Amino acid sequence: MSGSTRWGRWAIPLAAIPVIVLLAYGFRTDPRAIPTPLVGKPAAAFRLKTFDGPEISLEGLRGRVVVINFWASWCYPACYEEAPVLERGWRAYKDREVMLVGINIQDKEEPAKRFLAQFGHTFPNAPDPAGRVSVDYGVYGVPETFFIDRAGRIRAKHVGAVTDAIFSANVDRLLAERP
Amino acid sequence: MSHPPLTRLAAAALLVVMAALPALAAAPVNEDTVREIGTELRCVVCQNLSVADSPSETANQMRAIIRERLAAGETPEQVKAYFVEKYGLWILLSPPKQGFNLLVWIVPFVGLGLGLVLVAFTVRRWSRRPAAVPAGIPEMDAATRDRIHREMADIDRS
Repeated sequence: MSGSTRWGRWAIPLAAIPVIVLLAYGFRTDPRAIPTPLVGKPAAAFRLKTFDGPEISLEGLRGRVVVINFWASWCYPACYEEAPVLERGWRAYKDREVMLVGINIQDKEEPAKRFLAQFGHTFPNAPDPAGRVSVDYGVYGVPETFFIDRAGRIRAKHVGAVTDAIFSANVDRLLAERP
Repeated sequence: MSHPPLTRLAAAALLVVMAALPALAAAPVNEDTVREIGTELRCVVCQNLSVADSPSETANQMRAIIRERLAAGETPEQVKAYFVEKYGLWILLSPPKQGFNLLVWIVPFVGLGLGLVLVAFTVRRWSRRPAAVPAGIPEMDAATRDRIHREMADIDRS
């Protein structure tokens, strides 16, 4: 009898341990951080008509480091914060086998064009009206930026506004790899 | 235009058939199937809403992609596999019943079983207790009994 009560005294604290461990793990993870299964996989092909008219396709960019940025004009403040960063990055790297492509998703043409004019973007930007490219890239929000190596593989994904440091660190790393 | 009426009728009929052809060629997609797949997929821009239930534009586009893939001859399983390939298992509202995820399906039933065993065990102990309690009282040792007597005497005196 005394043996079973001693066991009973420990049963409740012991049962609480797995729950505490689970909660400790659960509260440390960000419920909004969704791991993408696409890092390391070949980037999905796309062919889109840019706002300026000409078509752009991923196949045409093979051999170059490609940065794809998904954005929307209503995405404030993150897309507005990173817009100057992207243009700076583009100007710094465009002569070094790097291509930056902006893909405008869940947006309307008019405000999207106003956004591009506001920031004076000189890199190609294209709308994805049916959302096919964004689903192909597993995009769940804006902004999201993908860094693709010369072999056409997705090597990194950044969720949220890109900073100068994040942009150059990823591009430098991929540029340093032999073609 | 001097066609006999019959030829004109035949031409009209031919036109109707030709107009209907593209619709026939695109295999009719069952909207119930689209909805069924949609209810199993998580809307990526909302918290805990399915693609079938969300009114968002993204969910709308995802429904269009589901429809398109079904029309192209894919099975519902293949359509779901496409979304899993792009978003990971996160996109599925119910975790698949395999591997580590099996725990999610099994643990509640194991817990329920353990709980029932515990309840049965406790109920049996409680139902035995009335007999056990009186038997426990005489077990008090002599020193304790003396002390109680002494202290009660002290209380009476004060």
